[in-house]
Amino acid sequence: MSGGRDSGSDTRARPGNRTLAVLSLVAGLAMVPVLSAASLGGGTEPVVVASKTFAESLLLGEVFSQLLEARGIRVDRRPGLGSTEIIFQALVNGGVDVYPEYTGTGLLVILGEDATASQHEVYRRVSAAFRTRWGIRWLPPLGFQNTYAVAVRSATADSLGLETLSGLAGRAPELVAGLTPDFIGRNDGLPGLERRYGIQFREVRPLLQAVKYRALAEGEVDVIDGYSTDGSLDRYPLSVLRDDRAFFPPYEAAALVGREVSETRPEVLAALGELSGLLDEVTMRRVNRRVETEAIPVEVVARELLGELGLVAGAVADSTEGTPPERTGFFPYLWSRRGETLALTLEHLLLVGVSLLAAIAVAVPGGLALAGHPSRAESVIRGVGLLQTVPSIALLAFMIPLLGIGAVPAATALFLYSLLPVIRNTYTGVEEADPAAVRAGTALGMTGGQVLLQVRLPLAAPVIMAGIRTAAVINVGTATLAAFIGAGGLGEPIVAGLSLSDTRLILSGALPAAVLAVVVDTLLAQVERAVAPRGLREPTSPPPSPAPPTTGGTSV
Amino acid sequence: MEDRDPVPLRRSLGYVPQEGGLLPHWTVIRNVSLVPRLLRLEDANDLARTALSRVGLDPATYADRYPRTLSGGERQRVALARALAAEPGVILLDEPFGALDALSRAEILDTFQQVLRAGDVSALLVTHDLRVAFRLAHRVAVLRRGRIVQCGTPSELRSAPADPYVTALLERGGVA
Repeated sequence: MSGGRDSGSDTRARPGNRTLAVLSLVAGLAMVPVLSAASLGGGTEPVVVASKTFAESLLLGEVFSQLLEARGIRVDRRPGLGSTEIIFQALVNGGVDVYPEYTGTGLLVILGEDATASQHEVYRRVSAAFRTRWGIRWLPPLGFQNTYAVAVRSATADSLGLETLSGLAGRAPELVAGLTPDFIGRNDGLPGLERRYGIQFREVRPLLQAVKYRALAEGEVDVIDGYSTDGSLDRYPLSVLRDDRAFFPPYEAAALVGREVSETRPEVLAALGELSGLLDEVTMRRVNRRVETEAIPVEVVARELLGELGLVAGAVADSTEGTPPERTGFFPYLWSRRGETLALTLEHLLLVGVSLLAAIAVAVPGGLALAGHPSRAESVIRGVGLLQTVPSIALLAFMIPLLGIGAVPAATALFLYSLLPVIRNTYTGVEEADPAAVRAGTALGMTGGQVLLQVRLPLAAPVIMAGIRTAAVINVGTATLAAFIGAGGLGEPIVAGLSLSDTRLILSGALPAAVLAVVVDTLLAQVERAVAPRGLREPTSPPPSPAPPTTGGTSV
Repeated sequence: MEDRDPVPLRRSLGYVPQEGGLLPHWTVIRNVSLVPRLLRLEDANDLARTALSRVGLDPATYADRYPRTLSGGERQRVALARALAAEPGVILLDEPFGALDALSRAEILDTFQQVLRAGDVSALLVTHDLRVAFRLAHRVAVLRRGRIVQCGTPSELRSAPADPYVTALLERGGVA
């Protein structure tokens, strides 16, 4: 699965956004207008179609994209964007135009209302509220529901006599739950379950969608959350517990369309409207299983589905080639992806490089300015250090309301992460530069500024470079998370692979990222040696003086 | 004196710190030409070469070397050359012979003596070593707890020590 990267319109759209990212960062201008300017501009702009990080959402996003393209509308794909909060925020501020959402999620998570209503009532309420509040449109539902399913191993269900969620409440204190982070945080997830059923697990472990079924089957956890259309529900001997107090609201799937496109692109609404009512639960479980357990690329399954539905002609023939490509070895697989990996690596390097250069431009002068002001330095460095304690994914999520999705917010987050190592090493490097040299410079009549720039700074260069190197290596790793907010890079196959339980796809991003970290570290180690002042490096020839070596003298 | 801007004042004095205090990332010629450059003298490098010759270091051999490749005695000479380069009226020597072995110390003492005898510069030498002081100095001031207890030529100090402290100091210092 390539995350939609083989689309021509997609690859053409990206470099422009990257250039914008670079320009707005370097110029330090207000970035929001620049970004939104890119998404305005009427019919010539591609429609940005996004999805969340699980198989069904990825598949629906791809179905939307292919359908739009078949109707002659250009599409920019942003598959696998973080959580509901991230993707919806992007829809509100125009970074995303279309994504598949569920009515129950809209009601409980986005509107924060209680779900007591019927299926039609929920749809009516979300469509009215979304339109008045944000100008966002819910297209008519696709035709199936995908509600939450709480599952245990069949053996556990038998031995504890579990059939319902009410029954689970009595046994929960003995059980370990492995839940998706989304479910743990949502009103219609764990907090609601705790309130409605009084369920209190012995322990709750956050687990990614991709690993929770395996973790349950292998006994790592006892309870998981799933979706009722999950292909994986049939893959293991599991029992789904009945929601006997009707806690989970109706989750009808539908296309959610942002204000800009709703108002100006009727052809987009018409094209997506063709899907309404065509997808039932049986169909969805089948196609989800194709993606999840048979590891067939999302593009292929989407094309098959559109062909079967008669929406895109000539696509059915492709279903014969939908055999799993898994039989080749890992390295041939990696080799077959080399072009894509190279493109992702360049994207990755651009993200890391731009954020790092911006951090150097700010933190090195900043560190120099703090020299000689220990108490101010203390508080500034502590403040910058606080940024470091914000979990990367949270920092990325904070960026969305401010900067939207894509490379700009990701590079900004990476920039913030790079500040600490660079500013701290710059400050301590210049503060702790050879005191004898600093004293001599001052005593001979150098001004404070001359001592700083001509003595302290060159002597501190290797220390500063070490900070830059640390920041670079951390950034190469953290930048893989940027894929969660649609910034691309080597995190893209990792995110896609995690959603699809595709280990090879995960490795096709993780392995190059690891190699990249080692290469960046090695190269910067060379730079670190090169910036060390010549006089501080090993002497090239022994002193020719006949005088015996002395123990004293200037220590260097 | 306290009212003056310290930066020009420092530039007008030559200074040899305790352990040389050469800037390790600069070559010898760059170190020695430091004060002339700070004073924006155009012939800074020529002055530096002259100063190196005065302290017995061949500029051709030493100009482009880094302090790290020099012996302790050579570094001390470079430090002295740096103090002399801008041709100050006064140079200040702060324990410049402290951390040297006996041989380098003897050599460098000779060099200092020659430079100071040449007569176009006054030197203020701070030292604990009375032999050095009595060998180099025209006048010696004995400091005790921050106060001058006696000031005079070496022979005045020997013949008429001001108090028992000076007597004891001269005896212990091996110059009585």
